[in-house]
Amino acid sequence: MSTAAVTDRRPSTLRGARLPKWSPWAIAAGSVLVAVAIGLAAGLTSRIQWGLIAAILFVVGTYVIAGRVEGRRQAKDRIATSLVWVAFLIALVPLISLIWTTLARGVHDFNLYFLTHSMGFVADSDTGGGIYHAIIGSLEQVGLATVIGAPVGVLTAIYLVEYGRGRLARAVTFFVDVMTGIPSIVAGLFILSLMLMADMQPFGFAGSLALAILMMPVVVRSTEEMLKLVPNELREASLALGVPKWRTILKVVVPTSIGGIVTGVMLAVARIAGETAPILLLVWGNAFINNNPFSGAQQALPLYIYQQYANSSGSPAAYDRAWAASLTLIAFVMILNLAARGIARWKAPKTGR
Amino acid sequence: MAKRIDVSGLTAYYGSHKAIEDISMTVEPRSVTAFIGPSGCGKSTFLRTLNRMHEVTPGGRVEGKVLLDDEDLYGSGIDPVSVRREVGMVFQRPNPFPTMSIFDNVAAGLRLNGNYKKAQLGEIVEKSLKGANLWNEVKDRLNKPGSGLSGGQQQRLCIARAIAVEPDVLLMDEPCSALDPISTLAIEDLIGELKERFTIVIVTHNMQQAARVSDRTAFFNLSAVGQPGRLIEIDDTERIFSNPSVQATEDYISGRFG
Amino acid sequence: MDISTQTTEAPPPTPPPSATERKRDARGATRAGDRVFLGLSRGSGILLLVIMAAIAVFLTYRASLAISADHGNFLTTFEWNTNLNPPVFGIAVLAFGTVVSSIIAMALAVPVAVAIALFLTHYAPRRLSGPISYVIDLLAAVPSIVYGLWGALILVPHMTGLYSWLNEYLGWTGIFSWDGGAPRAMLTVGLLLAIMILPIITNVSREVFRQVPRMHEEAALALGATRWEVVRISVLPFGRSGVISASMLGLGRALGETMAVATVLSPTFDIQASLLNPGGGTFAQNIASKFGEATEQGRDALIASGLVLFVITLLVNGAARAIIARRKEYSGANA
Repeated sequence: MSTAAVTDRRPSTLRGARLPKWSPWAIAAGSVLVAVAIGLAAGLTSRIQWGLIAAILFVVGTYVIAGRVEGRRQAKDRIATSLVWVAFLIALVPLISLIWTTLARGVHDFNLYFLTHSMGFVADSDTGGGIYHAIIGSLEQVGLATVIGAPVGVLTAIYLVEYGRGRLARAVTFFVDVMTGIPSIVAGLFILSLMLMADMQPFGFAGSLALAILMMPVVVRSTEEMLKLVPNELREASLALGVPKWRTILKVVVPTSIGGIVTGVMLAVARIAGETAPILLLVWGNAFINNNPFSGAQQALPLYIYQQYANSSGSPAAYDRAWAASLTLIAFVMILNLAARGIARWKAPKTGR
Repeated sequence: MAKRIDVSGLTAYYGSHKAIEDISMTVEPRSVTAFIGPSGCGKSTFLRTLNRMHEVTPGGRVEGKVLLDDEDLYGSGIDPVSVRREVGMVFQRPNPFPTMSIFDNVAAGLRLNGNYKKAQLGEIVEKSLKGANLWNEVKDRLNKPGSGLSGGQQQRLCIARAIAVEPDVLLMDEPCSALDPISTLAIEDLIGELKERFTIVIVTHNMQQAARVSDRTAFFNLSAVGQPGRLIEIDDTERIFSNPSVQATEDYISGRFG
Repeated sequence: MDISTQTTEAPPPTPPPSATERKRDARGATRAGDRVFLGLSRGSGILLLVIMAAIAVFLTYRASLAISADHGNFLTTFEWNTNLNPPVFGIAVLAFGTVVSSIIAMALAVPVAVAIALFLTHYAPRRLSGPISYVIDLLAAVPSIVYGLWGALILVPHMTGLYSWLNEYLGWTGIFSWDGGAPRAMLTVGLLLAIMILPIITNVSREVFRQVPRMHEEAALALGATRWEVVRISVLPFGRSGVISASMLGLGRALGETMAVATVLSPTFDIQASLLNPGGGTFAQNIASKFGEATEQGRDALIASGLVLFVITLLVNGAARAIIARRKEYSGANA
């Protein structure tokens, strides 16, 4: 390697002093070794602390060494690179831990019995019991919410894209934005205030209404995006044939973007399926099977997880059930997500890119 | 300051696709060399290998040698970042930094390299803008965003930005293709002035432009779609346009294909 | 798409009675169909407006019932005794806790999320960045209750080391002093919220960085910029407004998050100077924890606190939109 001085830039030298390619790995290995040594010497018990010390050593070491050899600009570049890598690796730790724990602890109770039995006559601290009642409740509540929320959302999006001019459309656009930001517990409180006026007891459909409110803006946004992707030429081609506007929308615009619309709805379903707060306020929770969403308290998967955690005063059996229910819920949400993506790819509009 | 470029046996790939094959040529200092040829013949790719911008594209890699005076740009230990400081580039579409003012755009390269004195900065910016024939039009609004200028002005701003760091070579990738005829003329005049100080290589689709601005012209072609582009011939511009030695060049210039 | 196969209503092959009549027919049918369809879609839009109005009206109404019965000061009282007669409650503690936990979450999550987004778009090997982006997409969909469960059972036990370390070296600041109780305090809440909103901020930022026009990056490269300088002078300025809106999205989630806070925090109704001593609460968490034992009056009080949370999230969203609009004006001309 040339040792041309970097200080004198002109006459130009194209070869600055460069650290060898393996240097980041060497610095990383060195940092880990030193961090382990420090950890052992200082008697730090937490491996997370070891990792943090190693990360800090790596960043500082890179900067110092690169600054010495390559100059300030290269050192800055290297420190940015190492910071970005370190940030990524640090963030991986909790996220991997979350997935791993849910899987590892969830499989303990996850079996057919668990899926097909309720918690009726099972005390929170006892083993046994299952989530059948919660699955039924979740499916009914989320299903009803979708039946209400999805059509309203899609139609609103059609209004905004195909008809929307003027003040009403602007107001709707604005309030859809506002609605996107409503915390789920506030949607729950809104329905609760209605129930207080009508003096009603908790029941599944009340939860559905809150979930529908949370779902609508999400569906409107995603559907809007999809409808906007439909090229205007298609609409004009249809209108020019004398096809009325509503048939153009139903027969040309919506079919062209149906894949994206369905994807958006499925993602919205996946999102509301995991909501706990409104269910806690409105559906209350129930250890028994209640198939009727219109009368009496029901259970739902997210709420089940919370109650197994919160009401069991630390019973390992309840924690096992909570993890298994989490695994079920994540699996449900992930399957919906993956299916939605699959549909999006399969039905993607062929026009343009 | 201006340097000679000596290319030998250069082949460039996009992933497994060979874009240009076995190109050798010499570009003389303080002259304008034009690259012409049909679309897809690899002239822009070749241009981008001259300041190691090609390898920025995912999958881009290069074999062969590019000597800048006697130093191989692809030699071991060469820092591509320093290469790009010595070999400036102007792109097809004007691309001033949208969030920077006109002044900051021109000063961007200097600030990156860090070897200037604060007091000099204004002077260098003024000199570069004058060099790009833009000073009179923008001297009253140096603090306005560069994106507010017209297309032709933006392109000259990009040229000012490129020459502010005093490169050895200036590469221009169809610098006028997004501009109107009057702006094009302004840029062509500018190229004529800049060749006093820099080695200039310009890719152009427009043969009249090549004839007007360049001293030497290189003709690129490809035998079929999907095949790598090759250098057919390089010669004095006058000769290429009056009496080329290869039939394909004549066919292309007289408009029989491409 | 083939229009002709889609439109079955082609003119009939037999000659129609008369041109004028046909036109009238068509227009009549068109009008009826269009009117119904327009009515339906516009009705849906109006329904959304009505829901929003109803939310505001009913929450305000129930809240006003509660606040007029309140014998404390609704804004400044450090108590939440809704079962007393007369009831005494105030939101000061909740507002403080909500703001503090969200600030911690944002301070931790935004820089890391931006770094990961840059990692995925500009640093990671391409073979790595695709699958990782996908996984982070999916993580953004993990329900908050699962984060809550994980936080309570896994994160909390692991926080002891950090707490004692902070207490040892930074305890003198007061903010990081620790009484040795279970690490179920604001710092843990903030950290869990940060982990929870990290995927969503990363995703949106990543999309923004991916849309930075290539030519801006090449402009910087051609000037001899290092990778970091390319990021600094062309990627970050271009992506700034997008990152702000992504952060606001995350902030909205953090402010309104219920379950992840309720599972991790051990709430008390006072304000702790230290982030490490258990105490405080957030609006959403307080609603979830107090709801079970609340009478109707208590529920109204909770609704009142929910209304405040609602207003805060509205303000945050509005601020975000204003910032983005301003940025857009400045860089609007970038062609």
